[in-house]
Parts: sequence; structure tokens; C-alpha cells
Amino acid sequence: MAEQILMIALSPTMETGTISKWEKKEGDRVESGEVLCQVETDKAVMDYESIQEGVLLKILVNEGEQASIGTPIAIIGEEGEDITELLSSIKRDVVSEKSPEVYPKEDVQPSDIRKEVVSDRISVPKIDRIMASPLARRLAEQRGIDLAVIKGSGPRGRIIKRDIVSYIEATPSTASFEVISPGEKDQIIPVSPKRAIIAQRLAESKFSAPHYYLRLKVRTDDFMKARKALNQTLESRVSVNAFLIKFVAETIKRHPIINSTWQKDTILRHGSIDIGLAVAQDDGLITPVVRDCGNKGIIEIEKELKELISKALENKLTPEEYSGATFTISNLGSFGIEEFTAIINPPASAILAVGKMEPQPVVTNGNSIEIQTLMTLTLSCDHRVIDGAVGAAFLKDLKDIIENPIKALY
Amino acid sequence: MEVKYDYDLLVIGSGPGGYVAAIRASQLGLKTAVIEKDKPGGVCLNVGCIPSKALINQAEVFRNSRMLEDMGIKLDKSGFDYSKVFKKSRKAANTLARGIEYLLKKNNIELIKGKGFIESPNQVLVGDDKRFTAKNIIVATGSRPREIPGFTIDEDTVISSTGALMLEKLPKDIIILGAGAIGIEFAHILNAFGVEVYVVEMMDSILPLEDKEITGILQKSLKKRGIKFYTSTKAVSMDKMDNNRISVTLEDSKGNKIEQEVEKVLVAVGRTPNTEGIGLENIGIETDRGFVPVGDYYQTKVKGVFAIGDIVNSPLLAHVASKEGEIVAEFIAGLNPEPRIDINVIPSAVYCEPQIASFGYTEEKAKAEGIDYKKAVFPYRGAGKSVAIEKSEGMVKILYDPSTSEILGAHIVGAEATELIHELLLAKWGELIPEDIATMVHAHPTLSEAVMEAARSAEGWAIHF
Repeated sequence: MAEQILMIALSPTMETGTISKWEKKEGDRVESGEVLCQVETDKAVMDYESIQEGVLLKILVNEGEQASIGTPIAIIGEEGEDITELLSSIKRDVVSEKSPEVYPKEDVQPSDIRKEVVSDRISVPKIDRIMASPLARRLAEQRGIDLAVIKGSGPRGRIIKRDIVSYIEATPSTASFEVISPGEKDQIIPVSPKRAIIAQRLAESKFSAPHYYLRLKVRTDDFMKARKALNQTLESRVSVNAFLIKFVAETIKRHPIINSTWQKDTILRHGSIDIGLAVAQDDGLITPVVRDCGNKGIIEIEKELKELISKALENKLTPEEYSGATFTISNLGSFGIEEFTAIINPPASAILAVGKMEPQPVVTNGNSIEIQTLMTLTLSCDHRVIDGAVGAAFLKDLKDIIENPIKALY
Repeated sequence: MEVKYDYDLLVIGSGPGGYVAAIRASQLGLKTAVIEKDKPGGVCLNVGCIPSKALINQAEVFRNSRMLEDMGIKLDKSGFDYSKVFKKSRKAANTLARGIEYLLKKNNIELIKGKGFIESPNQVLVGDDKRFTAKNIIVATGSRPREIPGFTIDEDTVISSTGALMLEKLPKDIIILGAGAIGIEFAHILNAFGVEVYVVEMMDSILPLEDKEITGILQKSLKKRGIKFYTSTKAVSMDKMDNNRISVTLEDSKGNKIEQEVEKVLVAVGRTPNTEGIGLENIGIETDRGFVPVGDYYQTKVKGVFAIGDIVNSPLLAHVASKEGEIVAEFIAGLNPEPRIDINVIPSAVYCEPQIASFGYTEEKAKAEGIDYKKAVFPYRGAGKSVAIEKSEGMVKILYDPSTSEILGAHIVGAEATELIHELLLAKWGELIPEDIATMVHAHPTLSEAVMEAARSAEGWAIHF
């Protein structure tokens, strides 16, 4: 008996998935637990393991196409089974749901202008709950304005040109209507699921958590000396980031409130110190998490970190590997950034922004100048959880440990 | 304490501005009366749009009789009697005038016969001694043909559009001064019935407000039919001769004098607002070049007094007056109507053959204002139906914004242009872009396919051209 294979939620926040690769072809035998296809979710590319057995009779969603959770992506059954009835029932469902992505599009790639226009059209139904004139839609698209934020003044609240124009006029930061870009033509870049989730989470964090920032300079000469000494004894080197993770974990042990989450009526103090490290990817960023850093040695942290980072760069992290950091570190030192402020990555309540190490003249003993290697740390804290003095005490202790690594053992 | 008035609203004039305002006001619950010194319906209905269309229709029948001859039918035109054509046009006008009376009655609007004269912001004198009070007054007194020096209209040898509509006998030849919509329509009618027509226009093209590429096609067509045009030429003077004919002196742009002898002269150089002798000065309203200055909701500077139609400085068109009437009525009733009509969405229509219809920017206007535009055109002959019905002369032209595709203007010359324009106008009004028309399925065979193809041409993929 042929049945549908439905798109399932492969990450907690996933709503739609893009089939990046079919591992099985039509006609292939599929065992339960075998990988059917790879699905790009909002965060990573995941393997879709089949829970059904049989012969893959029909692929409904081609590579590169999207399907939302619960919609059929393929049909599985016995070899040679007649699936025309099942297919037509799926077709009816799909038509009534008005979700064009589920249906295989033609093979031809949009290669010329004409095609682009056609594909523009296909994207329209996604927002068809917002009443807007075609001209208003085009203007909004060209200006990158979300129609959802515009109040329509046309018949029955339809959004018309003047609404877009007055929105633009009321938003001074947006490029003025008259500006004609002198260089190349403006491009519209579709927002990937990952980009959408980054945008949503960070905006939510920045707008809901009252951030404040603490900054100090840390001398790193002794830290680097200690690292050099350790690395001479090891086959592979331990990275600066692994050290920082360890130092932070040790400092958090002394200030456990740093390792907490605001829950509106309660504050959750996490038992495990799970530290995320922001890693840049081609199409976004991700924070692989090293779990329980308080109870791990620096070599173990380094080993885990290395694995996680290489997976992150290949887009292969699973949700368990990138979700739920209780503290985050973002290090832009390798870009030569001297100092910066970071946006807290929920559910954590603080993030440490690390700048580059640089030799600098420092006035010592009030009358002599010494060259020291310094690094600027900026701690962003959620004031709902961490008060200024608490954040300051944490940062001061972190500084002490970095400047005098032996203190990590106290 | 609130003063008691006879009416919530008094409308002076029952033309397409006045009667529409009155009906809309009455629909919205206002106690309304209309004052009319002549027949209800105003110029449009009695000596304007309606009777002229009756003449144009008959002119087309007459002109198309040659198609019967193509079929081998021998027509004996010796019994042709223009007075019958005239009478039919009057019948149409009278039927519709009675229709207006009926509509007013149906909407409980009192029709007060007589000439209205404003005595105060709330009181109008009608005739010698009847006085009516109202909380609001709408002045909708319309316009009359404008005269030019040296050509005093006597409605006998020198006639206005009114006189032209009232002709019971055709002249042998006529000079029409002014190649605006009225002049061109009469040129078409009279030429169709065999009158020798000379059209004189001061500007360098006929229908000077229309797109030149479009009027060029019309002018060529009318020339082919034997109408003679003098553009960039003005009429200087006229002399009545002994043989009951007139000699008209024309002067071209280089100062050359031309003498043209005709039986009649039709003065069609525009219209003048009727703003004198209606008491505006009694309430402190001053006119500007004859027009009453108004605000966004057609309010004059006197509270409770409004002005619409040909007496305000907006296009002198019946449909503009009607829309203005609706706006004022809704405004008085406390609704929140859209203010002031955007002139770029007002259609204009010229009923000659081929017809011209348009709205929005012409190429000339876009250039003059430095507006970036692209144009898309499609010839009628590319639409199969136009060839089948022998109306393949014409073109659809769309001007649009190159970056947003917003429709800036549209121009059609050709058969049924005045009906076809509304698909494009609806697109403009609803903010559709050419792509929307290009991708919509149109019935085949229709002239509307030319509109679709022009829109496709804007998108770069017209099929039949």
C-alpha cells in the first residue's frame, strides 16, 4: 500500500525545509533508518532518515525546492504499484492549500528576464493576505520594505503607492525616493531560512533584552606565555578560543548568575556551563556549543571545539550541537578588530566580545612606559538578569584569570 | 440655537456636476433642491455631449453607407434630409433631459425652475421674488462658448457649438476655428455629411493637449477624408459678402495672409465659466480668470458655499464635474471622500473617426517635466479583429516608468478607443502594471487584444508585431 512521505521538523524552529539532495532515486529500495535525502533547515543541512520501508515510487519535491512541515515530499510503496489516485489526491490537497512550493516546478532554470518575471509572480501568493496593489508591491520590493509594516489607505485598506511613498518619507534612514544608484543595478536577495532565523532571534534579543556593556583591557603576555608552554608539550595546539572558554567557565563558577536565563516570572540558573562560540559561515553564522565546560579540561574543550567548528563550516551541525548556549563568546580579533559590542545570543544572558591582541605602550608605576600586549574585552549583559556590579565583578575576575592564568586553579 | 433652513443643500445648475451632486447628497440623507434656469441636464445633455454623439452616430451610418455600395447596392441619396438627423439628435437630448427630471424626482430632490442668484451664504433668490435658504450651496453653473475678437457669435453665420448642434440645414462649407475636441468632432460630423470643412488652429497640431504621435495619425486620416487643416494659423478677421458668404482672413506663423471664403464660421476656441451675474460678489467670492478658487473639497472661501465643474479650474469635462459633485456631496454629508481628482487619472475622449482617448502624461508633457518614461506601442492592424472589421487604422500607446513600470499615461487612436481606454485606466487607478494586462487572457478576436499586446510590448514580448 503506497503512502506519502511527509516533511518533518528536523530542528525545533524549522517551518519549511529545502531538499538539498536526494540520496535515493525513484525506484530505489529504502530501508527504515536509511537516509532518504538531505534537508536544509533554518540552521543546518540535516539527514532525513526514513521511518518507512519500501520502494521510492515518486519524488514530489525536487532538489532545491522547499516543502513546509507536513506536506508530502515523496511516495513510498511496493514496486510497480499504481499511485495515480494517491497522486491526484495530493494534487487536490496542494491546490487547496495554495502552497506552490510543494509542487515540482518545471526543470527549466530561470535564465532570462522573462523567466525572472514569472518567478516574481510565483512568490506573490506567499503574502497574499496583505492587500496591496501590484505597483505598491513592486515599490516595496525595490526598497526592501516589508508590506506587513505598512498601513493601507486604499479601498478596504489596500496598500497603494502613496502608502509606500509616505512610509519612505517618514523613514529618514531609508534611501530617498529620488536616489538613482550610479553604479550597478540594485539586487534583490532572497532571505534564506538561516538568515531569517538570525534576523528574528537577534532582533528579538536586542529589542527585548535591555543590554548594557562593560569594557576593559586585559594584558595577555602571561596568558600567551602559558599557552606557548602548554602547546610545546602537545602534538596539536590549543587555540586561544579554547583557553578563553576555559577561563570564562572558571570565572562563571565564581559568578553563577552570569550563567542564567530570564524567564519572565523566574530566572533559570543553568547547572551546566555550556559555552557557545560564534562561527562565521558563508551564508550566516552559527554558535556551536561546548557543553559542561566547568567540568572539562582545556584539551578536551579544544578537541570538541575543533570538531564542532569543522562541522559548522560544512553546515553539518545538529540542533543539539548549536542550541542552548548559556554563555557566548564572539572573537573578531583575527579580523584585526580592536574592540566591539555583541548582541546577546538567547537563552544566554551575556556575551563576551573579544578584540585583537596588540602590543601597546602602558604607563606603569606612574612614571615609566612599558610595552604590554593588550586585548579589549566587552561584555554585553541582559540587565534583567545581571546587574552592573555583578557583571563588573565577573569581568574583573575574568581579567585576573587571563592576566594570571594560574588563578584559574584557585 | 440652530437656524432652520429650507434645505440642507441647494445646487445651482443641473448639469452633470449639479444633478450628480444633488442625487449623491440626497442618497446621503440631505434635503436637497436644484435650481435650473433651462432644461435639466445642462449643456452636456442639451447642447453638448449627448446631441453631438447622436449626430456622430448618424454621421457614421451615413459614411459607412459606402460599405453597402461595396456590396453592389445602389443607394439613392437624393432624399437625404439633414433636418431629420437634427431632429433625432434633439429627441435623444429630450429623452435624457426627462430622464434627469425623473431621477431628481425619484431621489426626492426638488427642481426649482428659474435663474438662481446668491444673496447671502445661505440664501438664493430665484426669479424675481422666490427666496430659498440652505445650509450649504453648491454653485455648478457651467460654462458657455468663448468668443474671439472679430468673430461675434450670432448663431447664424458665426455659430458656436450650440448653433452647430441646432443647424437644421447643412452649409456648403465651413471654417472651424479651434481644433480642440469640439472643433474636431464637428469637423468629423460635417465632413461625413459632405460639407467642405476647413479647420484653423493656432497651435502647431490639432488637439494640442493630446499626444502628438497619436494626433498625427488622426490628422492624417482626417486629411485623407478631405478636411483641410491650417495649423499654426490664426483667424484675424471676417467680412460678410453680398452673396451671403463670408470671407475669413487667416494669418500663418510667418505672417502670410490667407483668404478663405465659406458659408459659415464655427467658433470652437474653448469655453468661458458662467460666474458673472450669479451673486458671487454678494458673498465676497472673487474669481480668478473667471474661475472660482476652491480648496481640496471644492470649498470656496465662504463657509458652506462650494463650486464644481466648469467654473473651477479643472479640466472642463462632464465626468470631472460629476466626480467633483460626488466629492462635495460626500464632504457635506460628513463622509471622508478622497480629495481633489488627480488629473492624471481623468480620461479624455474625442469622438471622431478614428476616436482618440487618453489619460495621464503625453510624451511631450513627460519631456517638458523631465519625467523619465518608456513607451510601448501596438498598432491596431496587429489585432486580427481590426482588419476583419475594416478599422485597422490606429494605435495603442502606453507610457510607463522604466524603474517601477507604473503606468504614466495611455493614448489610443482608433475604433472604439473611447471604450478601450478604460482597461488601461482601471489598471492605472488600481495601480496595476503593464505586466498585469500582458498576462491576463483577453478574448479573441477583440480590439482589446491591441491593449494587451501594447502591455506585452512594454514587457518586451508582443506576439503579433
